[in-house]
Amino acid sequence: MTKINPIVIMRSPLARARGLGSARSGRGDWWAERLTSLLLVPLSLYFVLSVFLLEGADQAAMIRYMAEPWNTVLFLALITSLFYHIELGLRAVIEDYTHSEGRRLVTILIMRATVLFFGILAAISVLKLAFS
Amino acid sequence: MKDVREALLNGLNSQGQMVRRPLSPHLQVYRPQMTSVTSILHRFTGIGVSLGAILLSLWLTAAASSARWFAFAQSAAASIPGMIVLFLFTLALFYHFCNGIRHLGWDAGYGFDLPVARRNGAIVIAGSVALTAITWIIGLIIW
Repeated sequence: MTKINPIVIMRSPLARARGLGSARSGRGDWWAERLTSLLLVPLSLYFVLSVFLLEGADQAAMIRYMAEPWNTVLFLALITSLFYHIELGLRAVIEDYTHSEGRRLVTILIMRATVLFFGILAAISVLKLAFS
Repeated sequence: MKDVREALLNGLNSQGQMVRRPLSPHLQVYRPQMTSVTSILHRFTGIGVSLGAILLSLWLTAAASSARWFAFAQSAAASIPGMIVLFLFTLALFYHFCNGIRHLGWDAGYGFDLPVARRNGAIVIAGSVALTAITWIIGLIIW
């Protein structure tokens, strides 16, 4: 008769309590980074095209451009995916190179607030141009 | 010993002596290779594009604020320092764009063979320089 080995847990209870091992979270972030990068492939080319079209433009031309529904939507899509992707990317860099837990927490909070601020600023500006 | 991580750095070698386990070699002792250089550049250009995104945000804000502010933003962008910043932004954007596509290929399971990864890396560098040059040539012609 074959003897079935009981399951042996090698990890100590202390390691478990301290949360050592895999991160257990981050799958969603990993996916979001890929999905936003896929979106940004066409959207960054659209952005370069827009810069060509808006070279030397005055405010009136800018308002005309952003008031086109396609441009409003594409610019909002660009801003959303760009700033989301930036948040994920910068967070990965901070997590890799900031070893002190307190400093990491503070740096990530400041980074997130900054990214959120400039993202909202860009989105509201596009909306204001589109509806003015 | 401070913590568990610190404790795990101590071990026995093949002679049975207590040793401090070696750390993996880091940047300053590694010969630059196509794979490592393109990886590091991906991070640097990612940070660069993040800074560029702040400029994009300010450019849109200037346009939404007033005609005078937007005229100021446009003239700042067309100045020599402004053009240098925009040139670097273009280069960083296209590098991150090209290498990002290379990364998506890896995520899908393609291009892991070293010769392929090295060739892809060269294509990414050449491609981003070429795209930047094309963009600036078109941009300066229609200006």
